[in-house]
Amino acid sequence: MLRLERRPSPSKVWSYITPLVAVVATMIAGGLLFYVLGKNPIEAIRTIFWDPLFGEFASYSRPQLLVKAGPLILIATGLALGFKAGIWNIGAEGQYIVGAICGAAVALAFYPMEAWFIFPLMIICGALGGMAWAMIPAFLKVRFGTNEILVSLMLVYVAEQLLAAMSLGLLKNPEGFGFPGSRNLQHYPSAFNAEVFAGTGMHWGVVAALIAVIMAYIMLGRHVLGFQIRLTGEAPRAAGFAGVNTARLVMICLGLSGALAGLAGMFEVAGPAGQVSIDFNVGYGFTAIIVAFLGRLNPLGILLAGLLMALTYIGGELAQLTLGLPSAAIQVFQGMLLFFLLAVDMLTNFRIRFGKKEAV
Amino acid sequence: MTDALLKISGLTKAYPGVVANDNVSFEIQPGEVHALLGENGAGKSTLVKMIYGLVKPDSGQMHLHGAEFAPINPSFARQHGVAMVFQHFSLFDALTVAENIALGMENPPSQRDLAARIKEVSEEYGLPLEPFHQVGDLSAGERQRVEIIRCLLQNPKLLIMDEPTSVLTPQEVEILFTTLRQLSQEGTAILYISHKLEEIRSLCDHATILRLGKNVGECVPSETSARDMAEMMVGSTLHTPERKADKGGDVVLEIKDLSVASPNQFGTSLKNVQMSVRAGEILGIGGVAGNGQDELLAAISGEVPTNAETICVNGQSVGALGPNARRKLGILAAPEERLGHAAAPAMSLTENALLSGAIRKGLLSNGFISWSGAREFAADIIEKFDVRTPGTETAARALSGGNLQKFVIGREIMQNPDVLIVNQPTWGVDASAAADIRQALLDLAAGGAAVVVISQDLDELTEISDRFAALNEGRLSESREMAGLTVDQIGLMLGGAHDMEAAHAHA
Repeated sequence: MLRLERRPSPSKVWSYITPLVAVVATMIAGGLLFYVLGKNPIEAIRTIFWDPLFGEFASYSRPQLLVKAGPLILIATGLALGFKAGIWNIGAEGQYIVGAICGAAVALAFYPMEAWFIFPLMIICGALGGMAWAMIPAFLKVRFGTNEILVSLMLVYVAEQLLAAMSLGLLKNPEGFGFPGSRNLQHYPSAFNAEVFAGTGMHWGVVAALIAVIMAYIMLGRHVLGFQIRLTGEAPRAAGFAGVNTARLVMICLGLSGALAGLAGMFEVAGPAGQVSIDFNVGYGFTAIIVAFLGRLNPLGILLAGLLMALTYIGGELAQLTLGLPSAAIQVFQGMLLFFLLAVDMLTNFRIRFGKKEAV
Repeated sequence: MTDALLKISGLTKAYPGVVANDNVSFEIQPGEVHALLGENGAGKSTLVKMIYGLVKPDSGQMHLHGAEFAPINPSFARQHGVAMVFQHFSLFDALTVAENIALGMENPPSQRDLAARIKEVSEEYGLPLEPFHQVGDLSAGERQRVEIIRCLLQNPKLLIMDEPTSVLTPQEVEILFTTLRQLSQEGTAILYISHKLEEIRSLCDHATILRLGKNVGECVPSETSARDMAEMMVGSTLHTPERKADKGGDVVLEIKDLSVASPNQFGTSLKNVQMSVRAGEILGIGGVAGNGQDELLAAISGEVPTNAETICVNGQSVGALGPNARRKLGILAAPEERLGHAAAPAMSLTENALLSGAIRKGLLSNGFISWSGAREFAADIIEKFDVRTPGTETAARALSGGNLQKFVIGREIMQNPDVLIVNQPTWGVDASAAADIRQALLDLAAGGAAVVVISQDLDELTEISDRFAALNEGRLSESREMAGLTVDQIGLMLGGAHDMEAAHAHA
């Protein structure tokens, strides 16, 4: 018989080990899945986790790691703040899209003027756009008590429609021969989010992600706002007793996570993606939820988790190419990661006891 | 073979780091009311949990009716005639009495038959109860009846009661005791756990006293003084809280016409509450839980803001301010629920010290936390209030109830409040810790603070308050000088407002 016994204090050791256990369990279960699909499991796992960094085409895929990890980390850091307080922003994908639209719109409005202030202005507008989109569920929650999970999630689909409308209408490239999509910002130097160090994949979005991680880390550990966030998630009534203004906290958490998601979208549209197009978003906003939890809602953990998740993205693409694994299998693989993490998570608060139930 | 109903021999149970029960032995005779006495952490709960099959002993035996008894779970214990009424009720507010009782049964009969049985049993034992009333609308005393009747329906041979009177008015306690005496005459043995020594003296035939997991003595309560029993529990001489006579200060806290709707569906709204408390004075507020105590504390602490003018401190209107603004002005509070309200369970004592101490202890600068300052404050509380814990980084939930309570009360007192309101300051706290907390409250008042103590423990209020008022259905009675009030008068104050209310409704 297996029994669960509550630990008197949450285990520090286990809170660090569980992500590793979850990764290993995912590799095993994923390997089985690939085996059933008729692939060599060892080869598949190696293709996903090893080849992108050290394989034949590593010189191409290594920079991609930062390109993909950047937005994931940026979004997940913002989400983690809310999640810690029990405020569930599930709509980062929508805030990411709106941030991208706003950032690109600023650039396109100034096109073809070249000026130093265009890129900073895009950053500000991208953040404000994402924040505004997140303030909708925040306001509705505070004012009418709606569920922020549903509202923020549904606004993702609204944002997707907005994106389609923009790429087909207002922001469409007038010299694009009628194809949907905006001008390519990669060809507009004042607006281009270029690599900081050529060939590394490290664009300004990655820099922003690192700054966000550090700021969030300091805030959670040393600032009273971080304390209020943790307290609210831990014991809402104690937070009320401590004088936390819940409505204000909802606004701050959703606003911050929206702003960071908007930033991520803006850096993406001005850099790796280059243009506003119908299929601009690729699910970073949703994957970031997994990243946030995989990183234990801890900014430093999210940094590592973002890199790991980016690796599975790139490795997954590689596995599709070289082994012919279906893309759905890769998504299942990423889903398993979150599943195992949440399952193993209870080990921080509980310990497993083996013991037989004695006979009557 | 003996004629004892339950014979416990050498029962031992150890948890990591602590021996909860060490070789405990005693016997309970059929029809006997047997008291189990001991400080918090003395191992009473572990012991009854072993009898009720919730915890398995490491060694030792139990014999029921002379046959070996090793309950593997509560349902096994119930089948063998052992029933238990817990201190915390396990009832669903949104269900009726009969539905709640059916939930605990293995094969519940139809609701109609069950209701008839409930009626029958409740009348037989003088515990009136309407089977189809919703539990959310019942008083604490009535809820306890549901739990008791749930047990009685199983025809128990041994009924375990854990602190049953902590939620009852004196009159309700009398009703309960009548029922228990009737049960005992019919041959049902009762194992009775309580801190209230006077009750044990009037009710129980025999008492077993536990200290640090060991059986340290037995006595016949009616022939032993409460003080002697308390000293057996604690293992040292008790000091009675001392109070000074001088009470001539200015009015510090003034509440005028305070009406607040409860934020909670099953809560009680406050209705036209008036009170004034002078510097150096302790106002004791009695009343059964759920009559607006939480709401009153929340209104004074600032968790539920009201009209600015309804609450004045030192002449300043504070009703519209939040908790931290009030803390700045010296208004502090210690809520009843230690885990989850007064303290965050998974957070360390340092973090919990910061929780309410940030403002007055100057632990923030530009919003940044001084963790070293918070740690120092936590360490001060631990030292000054004798909180037993491995250190400041221990999670609050790892502390025993009494120790956490000392921490919570100490945290507020050490911030030198002008006004302090506490709810149930010694609930579930052992006798010596309770005496320390009461002394600290008296000292605080002697230092010139206005103190409001909300409690269900009338002995406690008699001991420390200067004036007494009763809270009933959200209304606060006029306050009266504590000295000279009899238990009967207090009982009338507790129930009186309610009767007037009913008369109004019919008029």
